[in-house]
Amino acid sequence: MSDTLDVGVRPPTRDERLTEQSLPARILVRPEVGALVGAIGVYILFFAVAEPFRGLDALATILYAGSTLGIPAVGVALLMIGGEFDLSTGVAVTSSALVASMFSFQLTANLWVGIAVSLLVALCIGWLNGYLVIRTGIPSFLVTLAMFLMLQGLNLAVTKIITGNVASPNISDMEGFDSARKIFAQEWSIGGANLRISVLWWLLFVALATWVLLRTRIGNWIFAVGGAAHSARGVGVPVNRVKIGLFMTVSALTWFTGMNLLFSFNSVQSGEGVGNEFLYIIAAVIGGCLLTGGHGSAVGAAIGAFIFGMTTQGIVYAGWNPDWFKFFLGAMLLAATLLNLWVRRRTEVTE
Amino acid sequence: MSDTTATGTRTPLLRLTGCAKHYGNIIALTGVDLEVCAGEVTCVLGDNGAGKSTLIKIISGMHQHDAGTYEVEGEPVRFASPRDALDRGIATVYQDLAVVPLMPVWRNFFLGSEKRKGFGPFSRLDVDLMRRTTKSELAAMGIDLRDVDQPIGTLSGGERQCVAIARAVYFGAKVLILDEPTAALGVKQAGVVLRYIVQARERGLGVVFITHNPHHAYPIGDRFLILNRGRSIGYHTKDEITREELTSLMAGGAELEQLSHELEQAATAAANGAASPSDAAGTTGRTAPAAEKEEAK
Ligand SMILES: Nc1ncnc2c1ncn2[C@@H]1O[C@H](COP(=O)(O)OP(=O)(O)OP(=O)(O)O)[C@@H](O)[C@H]1O
Ligand SMILES: [Mg+2]
Repeated sequence: MSDTLDVGVRPPTRDERLTEQSLPARILVRPEVGALVGAIGVYILFFAVAEPFRGLDALATILYAGSTLGIPAVGVALLMIGGEFDLSTGVAVTSSALVASMFSFQLTANLWVGIAVSLLVALCIGWLNGYLVIRTGIPSFLVTLAMFLMLQGLNLAVTKIITGNVASPNISDMEGFDSARKIFAQEWSIGGANLRISVLWWLLFVALATWVLLRTRIGNWIFAVGGAAHSARGVGVPVNRVKIGLFMTVSALTWFTGMNLLFSFNSVQSGEGVGNEFLYIIAAVIGGCLLTGGHGSAVGAAIGAFIFGMTTQGIVYAGWNPDWFKFFLGAMLLAATLLNLWVRRRTEVTE
Repeated sequence: MSDTTATGTRTPLLRLTGCAKHYGNIIALTGVDLEVCAGEVTCVLGDNGAGKSTLIKIISGMHQHDAGTYEVEGEPVRFASPRDALDRGIATVYQDLAVVPLMPVWRNFFLGSEKRKGFGPFSRLDVDLMRRTTKSELAAMGIDLRDVDQPIGTLSGGERQCVAIARAVYFGAKVLILDEPTAALGVKQAGVVLRYIVQARERGLGVVFITHNPHHAYPIGDRFLILNRGRSIGYHTKDEITREELTSLMAGGAELEQLSHELEQAATAAANGAASPSDAAGTTGRTAPAAEKEEAK
C-alpha cells in the first residue's frame, strides 16, 4: 500500500478541452453560514423587543436550553452527515435516565454502577439500530421509528412494573449522587448568571466533533459514507463500521443528555422525551446538514440548537404567547431547507 | 521482478480459473480464465453487458466469485471488501469512478488511504501534504486544477475520470485495474491515459484494461480476453491474434457471421491503408508499445 508509483512528471499543460471551473462560492457553501445569519437575525429581534433578553442571566438560560438540545444534536448531525437518521433519540434520553436511576435504586448500588449500565444499554441500542440498518438495508427512518416505539413502550411499562408509578424514584440521597451531579449537572453562579456544566460539555463535544469531521480520517469517512456509500466502499472505506459507529455515538450523547436530566431533577417522568428527536434533527438541518447526507457541520447544528434556545426563552421574555414557538420553528426549518437545496444545486454532479 | 517457480515459469500476479458470478438467477459471468503478470497489460474486451465490470469487481474485492478460483501471487484468495484488495496492492478505477461528488478533490484523491501525522489520539490528517500531492499528481496528468478544494462533482466528466485514474496509479502498488477509462474521454485525453498504462507497465505493474475499443486495446495489450454474454469467447496473447481478428471477435464471432464478414472486409481495406505499421507492431509483440511510448514522449 505504501509503495506508490511516481509517474514521470511532465510540465502541466492547460487542457483546452476541459471547461474553465467556476470557482465555487465557498464561503456561502459553508454549511453553518445560513444558520449563523439566522441566529444573528433572531438575536437582534429578541434583543430589540424583549428587555430581559439582554441580560447575562438570560444568556446563561438560553445556553442551557441550547445545550439540552445541542448535545444530542451533535451526534444527530454526525449521523445525518453519514447519511442516516435516528428517530429514537428523544425517548432514548429518557430510557438512559430511567435505566441508571432504577438499576441503582433497585439494587441499592452506587449510582455510578447504574450510570455505567445505562451507558452500556445505550451503546447496545445504538449498535442494534446500526446493525439492523446495515444488515437489512431497510431505511434508518423505519428501523429507528420502530426503535422509538419500542423504547417508548418499554419506558412506560417497565417503570410502571418496577415503581408502580410513572416516574423514577428520587435518587438524591443515594451513594454517588454528589460526585455524579458534579460531572453531569453542576451549576455555578457567576455575576448573577447561572452557568451550567452542560453548556461546557456541549462546547467541548462540538469542538471535538468538528475536529474529527475536518481533521481526522474518521471524519473523511463520515462525509464519504453519507455522500456516496458505494463509492466509499470501492476505495476501501469500512462503510458498515463507520455507520454503526455513528449510531453508537448518537446513543452515547443521548445517554449523556439523560444523565444531565437525571442529575438536574433527581427523577424522570417515563413519558418524557417524545418529539425531541425532531428538535435534534431540525437543529442539525437548520445548521446546514443535508437530509440526504454527505454535507453538514457540528458547529452548524450547535448554532441550530442555540437558535432554539433563543426562541423558546425569547418568546417568554417578550411576553408573547408560546404558541408562536412552533411557527418560528417551521419558518426557520423552511428557510434552512431552501438554503440547503440551493447548496445542493450548486454542487450537483453533471453526469 | 516476479517469482520464478521450479519449472521456470513466472507466477502471475493474479490468476482466475473458471470464475463465475451470479446475481440472483442472472448468470453474469461463467467459466472465465484470466492471468495478469507483472509488466504486462491484460485487456478485457466485450460488448455492453458482457460481464466485464462484473469480472473486475471480483478482482477488486467488490464482489466475490461464486465458482472457480482466484489467486494472488499463487495464493488462493477471497476478498471480503475492496480494502483487502487494496492492501494487496490491487487498485481499481471503477466505471462509475467511485468518487464522492460533494467532497473536495483532494479528499477524494486520498479517500480510504488518508495520509496522517501525529500519534495515537492526536493522529490527524496531513492536509497540506495531501493537497500538494493531489495537485502535483494531477498536474503530471496534464490537469491543471485551479483549486483542489472544489467539490469533485463540479469537475467535468473527463477531469473526474483523470482524478480517479491518477488516484489508482498513485496507490496501485502491484496491479492496476481500469474499467473503461477511455470511454468518457476525448481523443487527446484518451491518448494520455493509454500512455499512462504503458508507463505503469514499464514500471513492472500488472495492468487490467477494460475497453470496448479494440483500437485502444491492441497497441498496448499483451493478452486479450474477449467476453460475450458472460462467457469467454477467446483468450489470446498478442502474437496469436491480429487487430482484425480481435475486432471481429468482439463483434460476436460466429453468432454474427454476416457482420463479422463485413467488418473483416472493412478491416482489410483499412489494413491496406494506414494500419500497416501497427500490424508490424503486432508481430514484434511487446517491444512495439515501448517504441510508441518513446514516440509519444
Ligand atoms: N448488481 C447486479 N444485479 C443484477 N444483475 C447485474 C448486476 N450487475 C450486473 N448485472 C448484470 O450482469 C451482466 C454483466 O454486467 P456488467 O456490468 O459486468 O457488463 P459490462 O460488460 O461491464 O457492460 P458495459 O460495457 O456496459 O459496462 C449484465 O447483464 C447486467 O445486467
Ligand atoms: Mg462495465
